[in-house]
Amino acid sequence: MKEFKVKVEVRLKPVVLDPQGKSVLSALANLGFEEVHDARVGKLIELRIKDGSAEGVRNRVDEMCRKLLSNPVIEDFVVNIEE
Amino acid sequence: MYKFGVIVFPGSNCDHDSYHVIKHVMGQGCEFVWHEDTNLSRFDCIIIPGGFSYGDYLRTGAIASLSPIMDSVEKFASRGGPVLGTCNGFQILVEAGLLPGVLIRNSSLQFVCRWVNIRVENNKTAFTGNLKGGDVLRIPVAHGEGSYYCTGEALKALEENSQVVFRYCDGEGNVTPESNPNGSIGNIAGICSKAGNVLGMMPHPERCSESVLGGADGKLIFESVISWLGLGKKTKSKA
Repeated sequence: MKEFKVKVEVRLKPVVLDPQGKSVLSALANLGFEEVHDARVGKLIELRIKDGSAEGVRNRVDEMCRKLLSNPVIEDFVVNIEE
Repeated sequence: MYKFGVIVFPGSNCDHDSYHVIKHVMGQGCEFVWHEDTNLSRFDCIIIPGGFSYGDYLRTGAIASLSPIMDSVEKFASRGGPVLGTCNGFQILVEAGLLPGVLIRNSSLQFVCRWVNIRVENNKTAFTGNLKGGDVLRIPVAHGEGSYYCTGEALKALEENSQVVFRYCDGEGNVTPESNPNGSIGNIAGICSKAGNVLGMMPHPERCSESVLGGADGKLIFESVISWLGLGKKTKSKA
Protein backbone atom coordinates (compact mmCIF):
# COMPACT_ATOMS: atom_id res chain seq x y z
CA MET A 1 0.00 0.00 0.00
CA LYS A 2 1.23 3.46 -0.89
CA GLU A 3 -0.06 6.78 0.33
CA PHE A 4 -1.26 9.18 -2.37
CA LYS A 5 -1.99 12.89 -2.14
CA VAL A 6 -4.91 13.71 -4.37
CA LYS A 7 -6.10 17.14 -5.41
CA VAL A 8 -9.53 17.43 -6.98
CA GLU A 9 -10.25 20.72 -8.73
CA VAL A 10 -13.96 21.36 -9.25
CA ARG A 11 -14.91 24.16 -11.62
CA LEU A 12 -18.16 25.54 -12.93
CA LYS A 13 -18.58 24.65 -16.61
CA PRO A 14 -17.76 27.53 -18.95
CA VAL A 15 -21.42 27.87 -19.98
CA VAL A 16 -22.57 28.36 -16.37
CA LEU A 17 -22.67 31.96 -15.17
CA ASP A 18 -20.44 32.51 -12.12
CA PRO A 19 -21.75 35.49 -10.11
CA GLN A 20 -19.05 34.92 -7.46
CA GLY A 21 -16.32 35.23 -10.11
CA LYS A 22 -17.98 38.40 -11.46
CA SER A 23 -17.97 39.88 -7.97
CA VAL A 24 -14.27 39.02 -7.49
CA LEU A 25 -13.54 40.59 -10.89
CA SER A 26 -15.22 43.86 -9.96
CA ALA A 27 -13.51 43.91 -6.53
CA LEU A 28 -10.12 43.45 -8.23
CA ALA A 29 -10.93 46.32 -10.61
CA ASN A 30 -11.82 48.50 -7.59
CA LEU A 31 -8.37 47.73 -6.13
CA GLY A 32 -6.72 48.93 -9.34
CA PHE A 33 -6.10 45.52 -10.93
CA GLU A 34 -7.77 46.63 -14.13
CA GLU A 35 -5.77 44.23 -16.32
CA VAL A 36 -7.94 41.33 -15.07
CA HIS A 37 -10.71 40.70 -17.59
CA ASP A 38 -12.17 37.45 -16.26
CA ALA A 39 -12.35 35.64 -12.91
CA ARG A 40 -14.03 32.37 -12.03
CA VAL A 41 -14.18 30.74 -8.61
CA GLY A 42 -13.88 26.98 -8.14
CA LYS A 43 -13.13 24.51 -5.36
CA LEU A 44 -10.06 22.52 -4.37
CA ILE A 45 -10.61 19.29 -2.45
CA GLU A 46 -7.52 17.54 -1.03
CA LEU A 47 -7.64 13.84 -0.18
CA ARG A 48 -5.09 11.43 1.26
CA ILE A 49 -5.66 7.90 0.06
CA LYS A 50 -4.00 4.54 0.70
CA ASP A 51 -4.07 2.27 -2.33
CA GLY A 52 -1.92 -0.17 -4.29
CA SER A 53 -1.61 1.88 -7.49
CA ALA A 54 -2.18 5.33 -8.92
CA GLU A 55 -4.55 3.82 -11.44
CA GLY A 56 -6.65 2.33 -8.64
CA VAL A 57 -6.76 5.74 -6.95
CA ARG A 58 -7.81 7.43 -10.18
CA ASN A 59 -10.73 5.05 -10.70
CA ARG A 60 -11.96 5.49 -7.14
CA VAL A 61 -11.62 9.28 -7.17
CA ASP A 62 -13.42 9.53 -10.53
CA GLU A 63 -16.29 7.63 -8.92
CA MET A 64 -16.22 9.95 -5.87
CA CYS A 65 -16.40 12.94 -8.19
CA ARG A 66 -19.37 11.56 -10.09
CA LYS A 67 -21.26 10.53 -6.95
CA LEU A 68 -20.55 13.42 -4.59
CA LEU A 69 -17.67 15.83 -5.14
CA SER A 70 -19.03 17.44 -8.32
CA ASN A 71 -22.43 17.94 -9.89
CA PRO A 72 -22.15 16.99 -13.58
CA VAL A 73 -24.97 19.39 -14.54
CA ILE A 74 -22.85 22.45 -13.73
CA GLU A 75 -19.33 21.33 -12.85
CA ASP A 76 -16.22 19.76 -14.39
CA PHE A 77 -13.46 18.15 -12.34
CA VAL A 78 -9.74 17.50 -12.73
CA VAL A 79 -7.88 14.97 -10.57
CA ASN A 80 -4.18 15.35 -9.77
CA ILE A 81 -2.45 12.43 -8.03
CA GLU A 82 0.92 12.56 -6.25
CA GLU A 83 2.64 9.65 -4.53
CA MET B 1 -57.42 11.77 7.23
CA TYR B 2 -54.09 11.23 5.51
CA LYS B 3 -50.69 10.62 7.01
CA PHE B 4 -47.89 13.00 6.07
CA GLY B 5 -44.21 12.40 6.82
CA VAL B 6 -41.84 15.37 7.24
CA ILE B 7 -38.22 14.30 6.73
CA VAL B 8 -35.75 15.83 9.20
CA PHE B 9 -32.07 16.22 8.30
CA PRO B 10 -29.39 17.77 10.51
CA GLY B 11 -29.93 21.47 9.73
CA SER B 12 -33.55 21.31 8.53
CA ASN B 13 -35.40 24.36 9.90
CA CYS B 14 -38.79 24.42 8.17
CA ASP B 15 -39.73 20.99 9.50
CA HIS B 16 -41.78 22.36 12.40
CA ASP B 17 -43.60 24.90 10.19
CA SER B 18 -44.49 22.11 7.76
CA TYR B 19 -45.68 19.87 10.61
CA HIS B 20 -47.77 22.69 12.07
CA VAL B 21 -49.53 23.42 8.76
CA ILE B 22 -50.27 19.75 8.00
CA LYS B 23 -51.43 18.90 11.51
CA HIS B 24 -53.07 22.05 12.86
CA VAL B 25 -54.15 23.99 9.77
CA MET B 26 -55.02 21.10 7.45
CA GLY B 27 -56.11 18.71 10.23
CA GLN B 28 -54.17 15.76 8.80
CA GLY B 29 -51.93 13.18 10.46
CA CYS B 30 -48.26 14.11 10.54
CA GLU B 31 -45.01 12.66 11.85
CA PHE B 32 -41.38 13.70 11.73
CA VAL B 33 -39.08 11.13 10.10
CA TRP B 34 -35.36 11.18 10.94
CA HIS B 35 -33.15 10.98 7.83
CA GLU B 36 -31.52 7.75 9.02
CA ASP B 37 -34.87 5.92 9.02
CA THR B 38 -35.85 3.97 5.93
CA ASN B 39 -39.50 3.02 6.35
CA LEU B 40 -42.09 5.26 4.70
CA SER B 41 -44.78 2.64 4.18
CA ARG B 42 -47.21 4.27 6.65
CA PHE B 43 -47.33 7.59 4.78
CA ASP B 44 -49.57 8.99 2.05
CA CYS B 45 -47.40 12.03 1.32
CA ILE B 46 -43.78 13.01 2.02
CA ILE B 47 -42.54 16.56 2.67
CA ILE B 48 -38.85 17.44 2.37
CA PRO B 49 -38.63 20.72 4.25
CA GLY B 50 -36.43 23.77 3.87
CA GLY B 51 -33.38 24.64 5.91
CA PHE B 52 -29.63 24.25 5.65
CA SER B 53 -29.08 20.50 5.74
CA TYR B 54 -25.45 19.74 6.59
CA GLY B 55 -24.73 23.47 6.64
CA ASP B 56 -25.00 23.60 2.82
CA TYR B 57 -21.49 22.08 2.75
CA LEU B 58 -20.05 21.11 -0.65
CA ARG B 59 -23.25 22.02 -2.54
CA THR B 60 -26.73 22.73 -1.15
CA GLY B 61 -28.57 19.45 -0.64
CA ALA B 62 -25.61 17.33 -1.85
CA ILE B 63 -24.89 15.49 1.38
CA ALA B 64 -28.53 15.15 2.47
CA SER B 65 -29.32 13.59 -0.92
CA LEU B 66 -27.15 10.60 0.13
CA SER B 67 -28.96 10.03 3.47
CA PRO B 68 -30.45 6.54 3.99
CA ILE B 69 -34.01 7.91 3.82
CA MET B 70 -33.54 9.17 0.26
CA ASP B 71 -33.58 5.65 -1.25
CA SER B 72 -36.95 5.17 0.44
CA VAL B 73 -38.18 8.54 -0.86
CA GLU B 74 -37.16 7.50 -4.38
CA LYS B 75 -39.07 4.22 -4.04
CA PHE B 76 -42.08 6.04 -2.58
CA ALA B 77 -42.03 8.44 -5.55
CA SER B 78 -41.54 5.70 -8.14
CA ARG B 79 -44.70 4.01 -6.85
CA GLY B 80 -46.57 7.26 -7.49
CA GLY B 81 -46.55 8.66 -3.95
CA PRO B 82 -46.67 12.47 -3.74
CA VAL B 83 -43.42 14.16 -2.62
CA LEU B 84 -43.06 17.91 -2.01
CA GLY B 85 -39.65 19.54 -1.57
CA THR B 86 -39.59 23.22 -0.62
CA CYS B 87 -36.45 25.38 -0.72
CA ASN B 88 -33.63 23.16 0.64
CA GLY B 89 -36.03 20.25 -0.01
CA PHE B 90 -36.03 21.21 -3.72
CA GLN B 91 -32.21 21.39 -3.65
CA ILE B 92 -32.10 17.89 -2.11
CA LEU B 93 -34.51 16.49 -4.73
CA VAL B 94 -32.36 17.73 -7.65
CA GLU B 95 -29.14 16.46 -6.04
CA ALA B 96 -30.83 13.09 -5.48
CA GLY B 97 -31.79 12.98 -9.17
CA LEU B 98 -35.55 12.88 -8.47
CA LEU B 99 -35.88 16.13 -10.42
CA PRO B 100 -33.63 17.43 -13.22
CA GLY B 101 -31.30 20.43 -13.09
CA VAL B 102 -29.68 22.17 -10.15
CA LEU B 103 -30.06 25.28 -7.95
CA ILE B 104 -27.08 27.61 -7.97
CA ARG B 105 -26.07 30.86 -6.25
CA ASN B 106 -28.54 33.72 -6.78
CA SER B 107 -27.35 35.96 -9.62
CA SER B 108 -27.32 38.92 -7.16
CA LEU B 109 -25.08 36.92 -4.76
CA GLN B 110 -27.47 38.10 -2.04
CA PHE B 111 -29.69 36.04 0.21
CA VAL B 112 -33.23 36.91 -0.92
CA CYS B 113 -35.93 36.95 1.76
CA ARG B 114 -39.20 38.51 0.61
CA TRP B 115 -42.66 37.97 -0.81
CA VAL B 116 -42.84 37.10 -4.51
CA ASN B 117 -45.58 36.20 -6.99
CA ILE B 118 -45.63 32.91 -8.87
CA ARG B 119 -47.84 31.89 -11.78
CA VAL B 120 -49.31 28.42 -12.04
CA GLU B 121 -48.12 26.84 -15.30
CA ASN B 122 -49.34 23.29 -14.74
CA ASN B 123 -52.38 22.39 -12.64
CA LYS B 124 -52.24 18.67 -13.45
CA THR B 125 -49.74 17.80 -10.72
CA ALA B 126 -50.46 16.15 -7.37
CA PHE B 127 -49.99 19.54 -5.66
CA THR B 128 -51.75 21.99 -7.99
CA GLY B 129 -55.05 20.30 -8.88
CA ASN B 130 -57.19 22.83 -7.01
CA LEU B 131 -55.57 25.73 -8.90
CA LYS B 132 -56.13 27.05 -12.40
CA GLY B 133 -53.43 27.60 -15.01
CA GLY B 134 -52.49 31.30 -14.86
CA ASP B 135 -53.46 31.73 -11.19
CA VAL B 136 -51.03 33.96 -9.31
CA LEU B 137 -49.94 33.01 -5.78
CA ARG B 138 -48.30 35.43 -3.36
CA ILE B 139 -45.70 33.49 -1.42
CA PRO B 140 -42.39 34.12 0.41
CA VAL B 141 -38.91 33.03 -0.70
CA ALA B 142 -35.81 32.86 1.53
CA HIS B 143 -32.69 31.49 -0.12
CA GLY B 144 -29.14 32.17 -1.25
CA GLU B 145 -28.96 29.37 -3.81
CA GLY B 146 -32.27 29.40 -5.64
CA SER B 147 -31.30 30.12 -9.20
CA TYR B 148 -32.64 27.21 -11.22
CA TYR B 149 -30.30 26.00 -13.95
CA CYS B 150 -30.31 23.11 -16.40
CA THR B 151 -28.88 22.47 -19.87
CA GLY B 152 -30.75 23.79 -22.93
CA GLU B 153 -31.73 20.25 -23.83
CA ALA B 154 -33.09 19.55 -20.34
CA LEU B 155 -35.02 22.83 -20.40
CA LYS B 156 -36.61 21.89 -23.73
CA ALA B 157 -37.68 18.54 -22.24
CA LEU B 158 -39.12 20.29 -19.15
CA GLU B 159 -41.17 22.64 -21.32
CA GLU B 160 -42.35 19.89 -23.68
CA ASN B 161 -43.50 17.68 -20.80
CA SER B 162 -45.16 20.63 -18.96
CA GLN B 163 -42.85 20.02 -15.99
CA VAL B 164 -42.51 23.74 -15.21
CA VAL B 165 -45.14 24.17 -12.49
CA PHE B 166 -44.49 27.73 -11.24
CA ARG B 167 -42.77 30.82 -12.69
CA TYR B 168 -41.89 34.05 -10.91
CA CYS B 169 -44.16 36.83 -12.19
CA ASP B 170 -45.50 40.25 -11.30
CA GLY B 171 -48.80 40.76 -9.46
CA GLU B 172 -50.74 40.52 -12.74
CA GLY B 173 -49.13 37.25 -13.79
CA ASN B 174 -46.66 38.69 -16.31
CA VAL B 175 -43.38 36.77 -16.33
CA THR B 176 -40.79 39.59 -16.33
CA PRO B 177 -37.05 39.82 -15.57
CA GLU B 178 -37.84 42.24 -12.70
CA SER B 179 -40.04 39.65 -10.99
CA ASN B 180 -37.26 37.03 -11.01
CA PRO B 181 -35.64 37.15 -7.53
CA ASN B 182 -32.63 34.92 -8.22
CA GLY B 183 -31.79 34.65 -11.93
CA SER B 184 -33.52 31.30 -12.55
CA ILE B 185 -33.67 30.38 -16.23
CA GLY B 186 -37.17 30.88 -17.62
CA ASN B 187 -38.18 32.48 -14.26
CA ILE B 188 -38.62 28.91 -12.99
CA ALA B 189 -39.79 28.74 -9.35
CA GLY B 190 -40.91 25.10 -9.27
CA ILE B 191 -40.82 21.95 -11.40
CA CYS B 192 -42.32 18.48 -11.19
CA SER B 193 -41.39 14.96 -12.23
CA LYS B 194 -42.71 13.62 -15.54
CA ALA B 195 -45.50 11.81 -13.70
CA GLY B 196 -46.38 14.98 -11.75
CA ASN B 197 -46.20 13.42 -8.27
CA VAL B 198 -42.86 14.97 -7.22
CA LEU B 199 -42.83 18.77 -6.89
CA GLY B 200 -39.82 20.91 -6.02
CA MET B 201 -40.21 24.65 -5.43
CA MET B 202 -38.05 27.40 -3.94
CA PRO B 203 -40.92 29.44 -2.36
CA HIS B 204 -42.32 28.39 1.02
CA PRO B 205 -46.02 27.41 1.00
CA GLU B 206 -45.75 26.35 4.66
CA ARG B 207 -44.93 29.97 5.60
CA CYS B 208 -48.14 31.35 4.10
CA SER B 209 -50.94 28.98 4.97
CA GLU B 210 -52.68 31.16 7.57
CA SER B 211 -53.87 34.73 7.02
CA VAL B 212 -52.32 35.80 10.34
CA LEU B 213 -48.94 35.32 8.62
CA GLY B 214 -49.79 37.85 5.92
CA GLY B 215 -51.14 35.44 3.32
CA ALA B 216 -52.69 32.00 2.96
CA ASP B 217 -52.03 31.11 -0.69
CA GLY B 218 -49.70 28.28 0.35
CA LYS B 219 -52.69 26.44 1.77
CA LEU B 220 -53.98 25.91 -1.79
CA ILE B 221 -51.02 23.60 -2.43
CA PHE B 222 -51.68 21.46 0.65
CA GLU B 223 -55.43 21.39 -0.12
CA SER B 224 -54.61 20.25 -3.64
CA VAL B 225 -52.61 17.22 -2.53
CA ILE B 226 -55.33 16.26 -0.04
CA SER B 227 -57.90 16.37 -2.89
CA TRP B 228 -55.49 14.41 -5.09
CA LEU B 229 -55.07 11.72 -2.41
CA GLY B 230 -58.88 11.54 -2.18
CA LEU B 231 -59.14 10.87 -5.92
CA GLY B 232 -56.47 8.13 -5.64
CA LYS B 233 -58.31 6.43 -2.83
CA LYS B 234 -61.53 6.43 -4.89
CA THR B 235 -59.76 4.92 -7.88
CA LYS B 236 -58.24 2.24 -5.66
CA SER B 237 -61.56 1.28 -4.06
CA LYS B 238 -63.22 1.02 -7.49
CA ALA B 239 -60.43 -1.28 -8.69
